[in-house]
Amino acid sequence: MITFEDVVKIYPGGGTAVDHLSMELPTGKMTVLVGPSGCGKTTSLRMINRMVEPTSGRVLIDGQDVSGQDEALLRRGIGYVIQHAGLFPHRTVLDNVATVPMLLGKTRREARTASLELLERVGLPTEFAKRYPAQLSGGQQQRVGVARALAADPPVMLMDEPFSAVDPVVRAQLHTEFLRLQQDLGKTIAMVTHDIDEAIKLGDYVAILRQGGVLAQFGTPQELLDAPADEFVASFVGRDRGLRSLSFDSAADVPVVPPASSADLILEGGRPIAWRTASGDRAIAGTFTKADSLRIVTDLAISSPVGIAVRVDDNGVCDGIVRHHDLVDYLMERRAS
Amino acid sequence: MIQYLQNNSDTVLAALRQHLYLALVPVLLGFVIALPVGYLGVRFPWLYHPLVNVCGVLYSIPSLALFVFLPVVLGTKILSPLNIIVALTIYTVALLARTVADGLRSVDKLVNEAATAMGYRRTRRLIDVELPVALPVILAGLRVATVANISLVSVGALIGIGGLGQLFTRGFQLFYLEPIIVGIVLSVLLAAVADLIIVLIQRAVTPWARA
Repeated sequence: MITFEDVVKIYPGGGTAVDHLSMELPTGKMTVLVGPSGCGKTTSLRMINRMVEPTSGRVLIDGQDVSGQDEALLRRGIGYVIQHAGLFPHRTVLDNVATVPMLLGKTRREARTASLELLERVGLPTEFAKRYPAQLSGGQQQRVGVARALAADPPVMLMDEPFSAVDPVVRAQLHTEFLRLQQDLGKTIAMVTHDIDEAIKLGDYVAILRQGGVLAQFGTPQELLDAPADEFVASFVGRDRGLRSLSFDSAADVPVVPPASSADLILEGGRPIAWRTASGDRAIAGTFTKADSLRIVTDLAISSPVGIAVRVDDNGVCDGIVRHHDLVDYLMERRAS
Repeated sequence: MIQYLQNNSDTVLAALRQHLYLALVPVLLGFVIALPVGYLGVRFPWLYHPLVNVCGVLYSIPSLALFVFLPVVLGTKILSPLNIIVALTIYTVALLARTVADGLRSVDKLVNEAATAMGYRRTRRLIDVELPVALPVILAGLRVATVANISLVSVGALIGIGGLGQLFTRGFQLFYLEPIIVGIVLSVLLAAVADLIIVLIQRAVTPWARA
């Protein structure tokens, strides 16, 4: 657990970067610090590994005040990933990853063996091990950056805009891979981003900061979407927060009716094939399962030419359909309860 | 020409040996001194501009004036090779201190930041990260300093010790072309070989710079 206790940071010259910040980042979870530029999110992050010292207040890791610890030793126990990866240009990919194990006194051989395994873990083929950072794409560099941060298996990881320098397609891919990795590893992660969508997608918890380093709201992504604390949070999470909040709700309890109740649905061996419409048959664009979110169901209902979302079981056989007006009723009831 | 070389091989070889010694010892000394001096210009940013200015002034002192002036300051004999070595060391430091500072300043801020965040202490970061990353710039400066020194040694001949330069003075005194040509060819060759050796070293130690 990372604890901020009434932390203030005032830079010489008078600017307040962080203003009486108190929050707890739970162990084994990913907490995303998000806010507009000048909200003190990076300053806050850097106070965890003492790259920045607070003017007053304390930062604790598992109850231990970081200010009492040797800077270099503290940092070797905390993974760090930055924008553009910040890899060492003069070292091969493998030796970049081996950096912290080497600092911790491991032999070169031990450090390299462990690093090679990590490269595979972050999705880089082992033949990349001998390349230099300049020979990699942005996305590949960022993967190496993540591997380097994980190399000494630190319980805590700090990530400063780790995915913002790559294009949207690669970013989405890195997100998915990173979520899978974090599911296995269960690190205590503090991540900074200016992108609220990224925060909501990746964070178990999200801390929204406003200009001047004031904490506006701390909560799960769904709490922020459903119950923004004020105007600032509401506008920051965006006007489509109602729809986005649905991505955190399971579609398991959506009331369905038998597929046979619709004359518009063409099935073949129980599998949904097409819609019968006035202008001819139209292929079905998508289906949902009980494991999907309400957002998917809503999207399917809206985009279907006949206003129906189709549910399938694990074998792809249709076991129910939802009409859009029934879906809206269901959503209204949920909201009311 | 061949005749000249056959008859004077001892003289020419001695001149070549002295030339190498007078040019390369200052390069080594200058490099060793320039590393900490250049680092100071980075460690304390307010020192950078004064450092650059002092280096510029030092380098602009005419070499002959320095050769003649140094015995007065050092208390050495005018014919002592020490004068040449000290003078050329000063020029090397003037060239390389700035190069070292510029090289270290050229290291990406993010790279330094990452190193610190990984848990490097200042000294180890300098040795393991900053200097290696600055090496291409520093070695480029070393090439310039080495070639400059090799050409400057010849000026020392005017005060009596100047390696291959003595072949020029002798040739002029005797109205004799051969030693002049031999001197010029060997100086150029020496500079070219020294430059090539540094380039080869550079390729060997910074394979990543070509990546």
